[in-house]
Amino acid sequence: MDLTELHGIAERERARRKAIRIHCCTSLGCHASGALELQRRLEAAVEAAGRADTVEVVGVGCIGFCGHGPLVSVEPSGLLFERVTPEQAPDIVAALDGGPCAAQRGDPNHPFFSRQLLVVRRNGGRIDPERIEEYIAAGGYQALYDVLHDQSPAEVIDAITRSGLRGRGGAGYPTGLKWATVAKSKGAPQGAPRKFVVCNGDEGDPGAFMDRSILESDPHLVLEGMSIAAYAVGADQGFLYVRGEYPLAIQRLSKAITQARKHGLLGSQIFDTAFDFKVEIRVGAGAFVCGEETALIASIEGRRGQPRPRPPYPAERGLWGCPTLINNVETFANIAPIISRGADWYAGIGTAKSRGTKVFALAGKIRNTGLIEVPMGITLREIVEELGGGTADGSPVKAVQTGGPSGGCIPASLFDTPVDYESLAAVGSIMGSGGMVVMDDATSMVEIARFYMEFCMDESCGKCVPCRVGTVQMHHLLDRICNGEATPAEIVQLEELCQLVRETSLCGLGQSAPNPVLSTLRYFRDEYEERLRHEALAEEAP
Amino acid sequence: MSAKTLTIDGQMVSAGADESILQAAREAGIRIPTLCHLDGLSEMGACRLCLVEVVGTSKLQPACHTSVAEGMEVRTDTERLRAHRRAIVELIFAERNHVCAVCVASGHCELQNLAAAVGMTHVRYEYLAPSCAVDISHARFGIDHNRCVLCTRCVRACDEVEGVHTWDIAGRGTESRLITDLHVPWGEAASCTSCGKCLLACPTGAIFHRGSTVAELEHEPTRIAAIVAARSERW
Ligand SMILES: Cc1cc2nc3c(=O)[nH]c(=O)nc-3n(C[C@H](O)[C@H](O)[C@H](O)COP(=O)(O)O)c2cc1C
Ligand code: SF4
Ligand code: SF4
Ligand code: FES
Ligand code: FES
Repeated sequence: MDLTELHGIAERERARRKAIRIHCCTSLGCHASGALELQRRLEAAVEAAGRADTVEVVGVGCIGFCGHGPLVSVEPSGLLFERVTPEQAPDIVAALDGGPCAAQRGDPNHPFFSRQLLVVRRNGGRIDPERIEEYIAAGGYQALYDVLHDQSPAEVIDAITRSGLRGRGGAGYPTGLKWATVAKSKGAPQGAPRKFVVCNGDEGDPGAFMDRSILESDPHLVLEGMSIAAYAVGADQGFLYVRGEYPLAIQRLSKAITQARKHGLLGSQIFDTAFDFKVEIRVGAGAFVCGEETALIASIEGRRGQPRPRPPYPAERGLWGCPTLINNVETFANIAPIISRGADWYAGIGTAKSRGTKVFALAGKIRNTGLIEVPMGITLREIVEELGGGTADGSPVKAVQTGGPSGGCIPASLFDTPVDYESLAAVGSIMGSGGMVVMDDATSMVEIARFYMEFCMDESCGKCVPCRVGTVQMHHLLDRICNGEATPAEIVQLEELCQLVRETSLCGLGQSAPNPVLSTLRYFRDEYEERLRHEALAEEAP
Repeated sequence: MSAKTLTIDGQMVSAGADESILQAAREAGIRIPTLCHLDGLSEMGACRLCLVEVVGTSKLQPACHTSVAEGMEVRTDTERLRAHRRAIVELIFAERNHVCAVCVASGHCELQNLAAAVGMTHVRYEYLAPSCAVDISHARFGIDHNRCVLCTRCVRACDEVEGVHTWDIAGRGTESRLITDLHVPWGEAASCTSCGKCLLACPTGAIFHRGSTVAELEHEPTRIAAIVAARSERW
C-alpha cells in the first residue's frame, strides 16, 4: 500500500456512492430495537420504488440519539427520523424529497446535536463501520501515512504532548507524557527488547457505553490511533482488550483488523516503511477490575485478573515484563484527528488544563438520553438542560452522577461547574470515563450510594483486605440506613470506613469505592439523617 | 550495591539500594506489622497492614513493596496508621469464623499476635459468618476455610518454593476461596507432593496437620526463608 493506492481507494469509494444515502443506525441501541429488520425493509422499499440507482441504504454506527432509536438519517438532505418501525420504511423512501411521512421526524438542529463538537465521533452515524473503504474515503489512514513518512517518533510524541490530550479512561493522565515514558523505557534487563500497545476497551462502569459505541461505529479510528502510538513508542504488537458482553464491537473489530491487514495497513512494512504492527483482540469476561491496567495485563497474560501494586508502572514493566503503553479506546480515537488537524487545533478546544472533547453517555431521568461529545469546559447545566432537555416530565433535576462507582453526585446547585478534570474533582466527583446519570427529586441519594457500593462489593477482586471486607461492611451500614435501622453512630462508622478503604486499598477500585458515599454525605447528609432510627434519635437527643 | 540513607521514625537508617522499607526498618529494630509478607516469597501487597507514611507523598505506601530511597523520611507509627491497622485486623476477624478457643493454632497464630500488637480489644464490625468448608480429604493435612485470611502465602510457597502451584484462589471479593488444583478436594489434587510447605507458610490455623488438637499447631514460617536461602547458597 502506498499513498496513490490509498487515495485510489478513497476516489473509487466516492465514485461508487449514490446521490442519496439513507443511514440506518445499526449500533447496539438501535440494533436492540429492530434496526436490522428496518434496514432490510428500507432496502426493499428503495428497490420497490425503483430508485436503487440513485439511493442506497447504509448501515451506520451510532448517531447518538440512542434513546429515540431506531434512528434513520438521510444525506445530503439531513432529514432525521426517530423511533422508526419497519412498516414505515416505504413511507421514508417516499418522503426522501420532502413531503409528509408517517415516521416521526427528528430535529437535526436540536441543541442535542448542535451543541456537540464531534472529534472522535465525527464518523459515527456517517460511515459503514464494516467497510474500510468508507473510513478511507473519510480521510482515514492518512494520519498514519503522514507520521510514518514525515515524522520521527519523537515528533509524534511532541505533537500529542502539545495537544494537551489526557487519558479518557478516568484518571486523566497526560497522554504525551505516558507515551514518552514508554518510548524511553528499556524494559527488564534480562527480557527481550519488546514493547506492547494495549487498548483498554473493558468499559465496566454501569450505564457507560462510550467506548462500545466508538468501537462499533468507527473501529478503524481506534486501530489507526493504536498504530500511530506503536510507531511513537516503538512497539510491534498490540492488544485490544474488549469485554465479552460486547459481541458486536468484537465482530466489527475483527472485521476491521482483517480488512486492514488485507490492505497492508496492519502487518509488516506498513506503507512501505520498516514499521511492523500486528493487533490481536483479547476478550475479557466482564469483571470490572479487569479494566484496571495491571489486572488487565494479568488477564491478557492468561492469569487471574487481579491488580498488583504500582510501581513498577506498565510503562516500565507491563505485558510479560516488557514496557507497555495502555490507553483507553477514546484516548486512541483522538490520535488520528490530532495528527491530521494539528496539536494547536486540538489544544484550542476545551480549557487550559483539560483540552479537547469528551464523550458522555447521558442516562437516567433525562428527556434526551444517548451519547454526546462536548468540548471540555461546557457546564453541567448546559449538558443537562440544553442537550439533555431536562427531565422528561419537567420535574426539577436534583443531581448528576459522573464517574460511575468511582465518582460522585453533584447537586443541582453546582450545575455551573465546568466539565473538566480539576473542577469535577473539586466538587467531590471525577470526570471518569463518561457515565453521566441524571437524578430527579424522586431519587433517594442514600439508595444511589448503596447501589454503587453494592457494585463495588460485588466487583472487588478480593486481593486486599480493606476493599474486600470494607466494601461489604459499608454496604451493610448503607443497607441499615436505607431500612431505617441505623443509629447516628453508624453514620460516623460509615465515614471512618470510607477513609480507611480510600487510603489503604491496593488499587483504584477500592480507593475510589467510597466516593459515591462521601459525595452524597457531603451534599445530601439530611437524607441520611432522615432515615435514621427514630428511637435512636430520641435516645441521643440532649 | 550502593547504600541509601533514610530516616524511619526519626532514626537514621542505612539500607541497600534494593531493600524495601520493611527490610530497612527491621534491621533498625523497628517493627512494622505484616501478614501477607513472608521472607523468602514474592511480595503481594495485599493485607495493607504494613502501610507507612512517606513524607512528600500523600498516598500511604506498603513497606513490604516500596524500595528505600535516598533521603526518604518514613513514619511507621502515626495515630492514623495505628487506627487503620486496628480496623484492618478487625475486618479480618469479622470476615470469617475465627474462634480462637477451639483453634489448633491458638497461641501460635500470627493473626492473634497481630490483634495484640495493634491493640484490638473488640470487633466493631458485623460478623459476616460465612459458611465455610473444612477439607480433610488429604492423608496428612487439612484446611479449614473458616480460618483462612486469604494472604496467599500457601499459594506462593507452593508455587515459588516447591514449584508446583497446587493452590490458587477462585471466586472474588469475600466469596474468594482457596482451591487445590482445578477445584478438587485436596486429597485428589494430583499435583500436590505432600511437602507441607503450605503448612509452614500459613499464618493461622487454616492449614493444619491432621490429628492436631486445640493450640497444638506451631507453624514454622521462617523455614520457608531458610529453604530459599539454602538453595540460593548452593547454586
Ligand atoms: C477498577 C478500575 C477499572 C477501570 N476500568 C477501566 C476501563 O474500563 N477502561 C479504561 O480505559 N480504563 C479503566 N481504568 C483505568 C485504567 O487503569 C488505565 O488508567 C487506563 O486504561 C489508562 O488509559 P488512559 O490514560 O488513556 O486513560 C480502570 C481503573 C480501575 C482502578
Ligand atoms: S482494591 Fe479491591 S479490587 Fe483492588 S486489589 Fe484490593 S480487593 Fe482487589
Ligand atoms: S490457607 Fe493460610 S496461608 Fe493459605 S491463604 Fe489462607 S491463611 Fe493464607
Ligand atoms: S445506537 Fe443508534 S443512535 Fe446510538
Ligand atoms: S505485609 Fe505488606 S501488604 Fe501485607
